Amino acid sequence: MHHTVIPCGISRSFPDPDHPLLKSATEDGEVLLLIGDQAGQTLKTIQNLDQKKAVLLELGTECLGLYTGEHRGEEGSNILGFARFRLGEGEPSDLVELVRQPKTPAEVVKVGQEFFERFGLEVAVCLDFAGRIIDRLVRPYFNDALRRLDEQLATAEDLDKTLQMGLGYPEGPISLLTRTGLHHHYDVTQELFETYGEKAYAPARRARIAKKRRMERDSSCTMDGTKGDP
Amino acid sequence: MTKIKTVGVAGAGTMGAGIAIVAVRAGFPTVVLEVSREILDRARWQTEGFFGKSVKKGKMTAEQVEKALANWKGTTNLQDMASCDLVIEAVFESLTVKQDLFKKLHALCPPHTIFASNTSTLSITEIAAGSGREDRVVGMHFCLPAPLMKLVEMSPGLKTSPEVFEQAWEFCEALGQKPVKTKDSPGFILNSLLIPFLNDTLRLVEAGVAEPADIDRALKKGLGYPMGPCELLDLIGLDTQVLLCAALYEATHDPRAACPPLLKKMVAANQLGRKTGQGFYKYEQTTMFGG
Repeated sequence: MHHTVIPCGISRSFPDPDHPLLKSATEDGEVLLLIGDQAGQTLKTIQNLDQKKAVLLELGTECLGLYTGEHRGEEGSNILGFARFRLGEGEPSDLVELVRQPKTPAEVVKVGQEFFERFGLEVAVCLDFAGRIIDRLVRPYFNDALRRLDEQLATAEDLDKTLQMGLGYPEGPISLLTRTGLHHHYDVTQELFETYGEKAYAPARRARIAKKRRMERDSSCTMDGTKGDP
Repeated sequence: MTKIKTVGVAGAGTMGAGIAIVAVRAGFPTVVLEVSREILDRARWQTEGFFGKSVKKGKMTAEQVEKALANWKGTTNLQDMASCDLVIEAVFESLTVKQDLFKKLHALCPPHTIFASNTSTLSITEIAAGSGREDRVVGMHFCLPAPLMKLVEMSPGLKTSPEVFEQAWEFCEALGQKPVKTKDSPGFILNSLLIPFLNDTLRLVEAGVAEPADIDRALKKGLGYPMGPCELLDLIGLDTQVLLCAALYEATHDPRAACPPLLKKMVAANQLGRKTGQGFYKYEQTTMFGG
């Protein structure tokens, strides 16, 4: 099955232009991929979408319904959302969250799933909710870990060690967030907090501090050259 | 070098039996206390099964297993704990049950005996209260499955003496485990983070956001977790998660710790996970530790 890729800005899912999925794209594929942070806006400008077996639209933290529209819970077409899970500045993982809507035909989901699997990616299918699966589950847990650190439940090292040894996680939450950027954690949790209004998603104090410092640094107004959380 | 010579383990359920395996494997004569001979027999059978697997995998020799099993002594008589230098309780997660046990043990055991609680959610200070030796009670929370997981969360209560905590820490290291120190706080590190996370997973399934297999795949592939949260719930036992929720919610009133309706339904349907052969997934083997 051939596929066509339309680049629409910066892609968090496929930042490497040499990725086999991008390299093997053709002009008139049966599967159409719109990748990049402007994918949703670009979708509106494309004709004859219904002639594709599947249209795969890269999502950020937003819902697919924002671009397809929604109607009485009966939305669903050949358009699927997707995102390779990626934490902040970390590399994209090999996990694709594939977003379907309530009435998306099963065969369209199958096409999307098999398409990504052809390129060695694994697919988790989910309904169209902000945060999809992973962010929805891990962000409150990350917030908790940051709060526990503030409360001095244990040292950052022991918090990480406990999760690594107790559950076999490859990296503890504090180390993971520090490495991939606490300010990114702020961005995602702030979005989820606005969507769901649940306290669990409210950005943790340390993420707020990191975000403010990052904004100050980026605006170059109060750059003091000191090091803190990235 | 630990001063502990003889160990007692109160409770021979999944955790207690696992802790006893760790203790006898490390060379400690261990008295395992239970209320019925039937439960003890099952724990012994599981222990033999675990060691049998260890030999097959080349992790232990037959001689080592023989020695370890010789160190394992089951009893239904509380009096048999009188000779222990350290008793680890792994009984039902109830404050009154644990307090009552320690009170009885205090009357039996010599003054130097340390009491350790494997509680995962209750306060060490509260468990120690009324034991008669509040300064000699520590938190020693093993992870499931205990014979395979090295982590032990160790917590001093408000009245625990630093010397006792140090002795318990040394003992833990002598077991071959890796202790981490946490405050005496509900759920310590692991369960304070894990229980709400698992509840969030249940709520996600309940809301129809994704199927359990998709959730597990996402977490495993996206973050490199060795098990997905639904697989983990099946391993822990859905009924155990209910108890953990109850204890953590009572202590924190965190809405994320409250038992999700789906969890209650699955328990009512006896879909408890691996132990009943059906949880989020179906299982053919229901034994502990692969025994």
